[in-house]
Amino acid sequence: MPYDTTYSGAQPPAGAPILALNGIEKVFPGVKALDGVNLSLYPGQVTALVGENGAGKSTIVKILTGIYQPDGGQILLNGAPIAFPTAQHAAAAGVTAIHQETVLFDELTVAENIFLGHAPRTRLGLLDWRAMRRDAQAILTSIGADIDPGVKLAELGIASKHLVAISRALSIDARVVVMDEPTAALSHKEIHELYELVEKLKAQGKAILFISHKFDEIFRIADRYTVFRDGQFVAEGRIDEVSEGDLVQMMVGRSVDQVFPQRTPTLGEEILTVAGYAHPTEFEDINFTLRRGEILGFYGLVGAGRSEFMQSLIGITRPSKGAVKIEGHVRIIRSPAEAIREGIVYVPEDRGKQGAITAMPIFQNVTLPSLAHTSRNGFLQLAEEFDLAREYTQRLDLRAASLDTPVGSLSGGNQQKVVIAKWLATKPRVIILDEPTKGIDIGSKAAVHEFMAELAAEGLAVIMVSSELPEILGMSDRVIVMREGRIVAEVSGDEMTPQTLVRHAAGIGQEDAA
Amino acid sequence: MIPFRLTREVLLAFALLVLLVLVATRFPGFVAPSNLAAVFNDTSALIILALGQFIVILTRCIDLSVAANLALTGMVCALLNTVAPDLPIVFTLGLALALGATLGAVNGFFVWKLDIPPIVVTLGTMVIFRGIIFLISDGQWVNAHEMSPRFTAFPRYEILGIPMLSWCAVLVIALVYVLVTRTSLGRSFFAVGGNPHAAVYTGIDVGRTQFLAFVISGTLAGLAGYLWVSRYAVAYVDIAGGFELDVVAACVIGGAAISGGAGSVFGIVLGALFLGVIKNALPVVDISPFWQLAISGSAIIIAVALNARSGRAKGRIILRKAEHAHEPV
Amino acid sequence: MSLSETALSPAATQRRDPRQIPDRLTTRGQRVLKSWEALLLLVGIAIFIANCFASPYFLSPWSLSDATFNFTEKAMIAFAMALLIISGEIDLSVAAIIALASTAMGAAATAGFGTPVLVGIGLGTGLLCGVFNGVLVTRLGLPSIVVTIGTMSLFRGLSYIVLGDGAYRGYPESFAFFGQGYVFWVVSFEFVLFAVLAVIFTVLLHKTNFGRAVFSIGNNATASLFSGVRVPRVKMMLFLLTGVMSGVAAICLTSRLGSTRPSIGLGMELEVVTMVVLGGVSILGGSGSIPGVVIAAFVLGLLTFGLGLLNVPGIVISIFTGALLIGVIALPRLIQKWRG
Repeated sequence: MPYDTTYSGAQPPAGAPILALNGIEKVFPGVKALDGVNLSLYPGQVTALVGENGAGKSTIVKILTGIYQPDGGQILLNGAPIAFPTAQHAAAAGVTAIHQETVLFDELTVAENIFLGHAPRTRLGLLDWRAMRRDAQAILTSIGADIDPGVKLAELGIASKHLVAISRALSIDARVVVMDEPTAALSHKEIHELYELVEKLKAQGKAILFISHKFDEIFRIADRYTVFRDGQFVAEGRIDEVSEGDLVQMMVGRSVDQVFPQRTPTLGEEILTVAGYAHPTEFEDINFTLRRGEILGFYGLVGAGRSEFMQSLIGITRPSKGAVKIEGHVRIIRSPAEAIREGIVYVPEDRGKQGAITAMPIFQNVTLPSLAHTSRNGFLQLAEEFDLAREYTQRLDLRAASLDTPVGSLSGGNQQKVVIAKWLATKPRVIILDEPTKGIDIGSKAAVHEFMAELAAEGLAVIMVSSELPEILGMSDRVIVMREGRIVAEVSGDEMTPQTLVRHAAGIGQEDAA
Repeated sequence: MIPFRLTREVLLAFALLVLLVLVATRFPGFVAPSNLAAVFNDTSALIILALGQFIVILTRCIDLSVAANLALTGMVCALLNTVAPDLPIVFTLGLALALGATLGAVNGFFVWKLDIPPIVVTLGTMVIFRGIIFLISDGQWVNAHEMSPRFTAFPRYEILGIPMLSWCAVLVIALVYVLVTRTSLGRSFFAVGGNPHAAVYTGIDVGRTQFLAFVISGTLAGLAGYLWVSRYAVAYVDIAGGFELDVVAACVIGGAAISGGAGSVFGIVLGALFLGVIKNALPVVDISPFWQLAISGSAIIIAVALNARSGRAKGRIILRKAEHAHEPV
Repeated sequence: MSLSETALSPAATQRRDPRQIPDRLTTRGQRVLKSWEALLLLVGIAIFIANCFASPYFLSPWSLSDATFNFTEKAMIAFAMALLIISGEIDLSVAAIIALASTAMGAAATAGFGTPVLVGIGLGTGLLCGVFNGVLVTRLGLPSIVVTIGTMSLFRGLSYIVLGDGAYRGYPESFAFFGQGYVFWVVSFEFVLFAVLAVIFTVLLHKTNFGRAVFSIGNNATASLFSGVRVPRVKMMLFLLTGVMSGVAAICLTSRLGSTRPSIGLGMELEVVTMVVLGGVSILGGSGSIPGVVIAAFVLGLLTFGLGLLNVPGIVISIFTGALLIGVIALPRLIQKWRG
């Protein structure tokens, strides 16, 4: 049932917005990304923009910051119409953004990353490096970042880079600050510091647009909300007047409680045993076993070493020590090709870079790891390729115009289906899914969960790496928690509670004593 | 105090020094100041072209047409001189710069407006420019006796005992240095090559910046064109044939990353001098000049191998003990 | 219904009947008609017709046979180069490999070895050069464009060290067959070799697992590695292949000229790359075809030969090739721009 939009404008906002977008439209070839959306940002208030993937959040951010030009509608700055033909125009108007991925320059210094495009000049019109470094230091100090503005960005870690990105946003005397999923790559402590920063910016009277998928976060720091769905404006209002359930309902247009498939696991014999796996810098002392029909969850914070371990297991990197037994036999896996032959497959997290070859047709993507089986003496057999691709894409309920369509033209959820189909077509014994539902819509998410349950029921052993608690709790029979490259806990049954997992993952209660 | 670090430039300067010492043991006269000045003078054209190429490479492009641009501009200057021998040199210089810039702009246009890969564009314009030289010169040489004294005297005109050719190189080094370190255009070359995606978010027009890089490279090639023709007092279709590879070699040896966004003016100058010293030293230490090609080829391979070793991506550091290099207590 | 349709339907957790996805929406004929190769073929036919009008001598069998020598040697390298470029790499040292292989053969011939040994040396030198490039690129992870600019100087430099401004001339009589011999009537050995190699490379790239791996690596090397493609091994093979094909070209060219100078084949790498790109291979990797390269070889060969019949000097002909290279890539983009 479509959501009824009586929420819209239920509460007249206090004061006038600094920045208002009215009836914004943006059309890409074949897709109407934004269809007359409205967004208002008020001084000293945090507005949370919520919506599913594909709702148009990233597009509106790009319009706000001058990367894209709207095809219709109006941008009003303090009531006066304005246009942002380039990123520099948006910055000049006081709109600044901290983007989802850090868009910075590794080869340049921290100071220059902060000031590129609006650096202080000497009287001759040349760049004033001394002033740049001094001002950069001042901004970094103001947000409590202990970073030398003179070092190259490449020398910093991810969290520090993020602080540089924030400093860059602050270096512009901004009235509007856009934060596009700013906490995605941050640790608990850093997220906390970010919240403090947001409070500080609010106090300075800046208008903040906060985009996030995490509801706890939204309810913690936002004052207002705006909801988009499928490129359309759904509702806006004060955050203290809605519940989490209301927001979800507005986002998806129906009520959804995340339902995970009911399953009664029947565990078979041990299929995979990992003993003493270690890598010089990424992980060590990894021991566990996996049974047929089991779904084993790997939980941990981003950067806990889970993906790194999995990639080592399938031969992308070499372990420094440790052994793998498959059905009781010791196996040495030196490349993904060998892993596939041994029946262990890894569905990577980064769909665009590691999973799919987006420019190539669906059927060629599906058959790529199975070519040895579909071909004869090294010669391609197209008919067999189509058969295999058809079989597995149908099983995953793929939506596509034809099997000859490039994967890049599909939606995120359907791309993920192709990627899963591709590894499943190798008929593996163990399938490792790394963040299998990251960045896909709720419908596809449920389909993937359903499918995982099916696989386990068929006797496949499933490892699922996920940072999403509900998913880990809803799907796994047993959960291994990793922190800083080590296994810190293995929980199952009644022990599997959100509290236990989070405490183990974050190391709460273990480091306090030190 | 800037902490002393074994940067690429220091390493290269050291290699150059070792090379000079080695040559000096066989032939001490080589390191006499006057001879070193002569080596620098001989390397001037390479330095000028390499600095232009450096800017192009910074933006993730490559310009294979620089030598052909040099030859075409040189021929036009020479032909103009045969028609109007008394034209003041300022005009000739202005023509060389303008024509070079125009030819560079042609390359830049295709890269910017039509999004054609730079290697394809400049591969094409390289042969086209050479062909045009043949058309305008009818395949004939313009020899020394057809050039006016004024035309050929310019690169040899000495100020403080240093010929104008060297001064031109010094001026170009200074200008390019200021450009890439102290202007926003210069910094945007680094930004565009380092991370084009992020450059857009910073408000930099990537295509336009690449266009300007080609215009600069072309302008410098034009300047080098006049200097080359007037110095050697001859112009024909094939002058500086294959020189584009020396130019790229100087950049690679000098530490410019072919993937863009990294390198320094100082490094490029050293890279060019390194090749210049080898070229000039071979005859005096009694090694056949035919060795030169193989030596510079080896130098390129060694340089790029060293480049990659320093920039090799390591695994992520997740384990604490790896971070602190000892076991946690 | 749009492709980007994502399931927000109430049936999210229910199973639907499997949806029938057609294999292809276009027929083979449609794909061929819309292809780059078809466009290029039209250009080739136009040039052929223009040549017929340009010179009465053009249509004679011997004249046409002579025309093929303009492209056969380059095309042999271009086939291997096409695969290499599709995989995202490049080899600019091919002409230098010709020089080095030719020098090695010349030295052997001077030492009195017979034709079979010379052929072995030519192929072996090409193979070794390919190994050298391949190791630098795949084992040390260096960018191939720089590596091969370096080896381009190195290989030809070695040739210069050996020969200086001298030349080798003493090739055995039987060696002349490869570049000057005819299999029957006007059909030269080189042309037959070219045709056979064209078929072999077409099958290799378009009909085998190896060829599929080449395309997938060129489109996304990381995803290919994750999918079990042995990326370094495939790239290594491609460098070897390019080296060997340069060796083959060296045998033909040396045999045709009957002598070796260190400047042999100078600048040929650029003509080879031009042929490959003109043939529709994306210089950025990931797409292209051998039939395209074959047509491009004919187009360039006919153009050169036709202009030669009109007494246009070689250097001016290069203006046409250069313009053709940029023009065929620029035109479709220009048209797209004008259409908005």
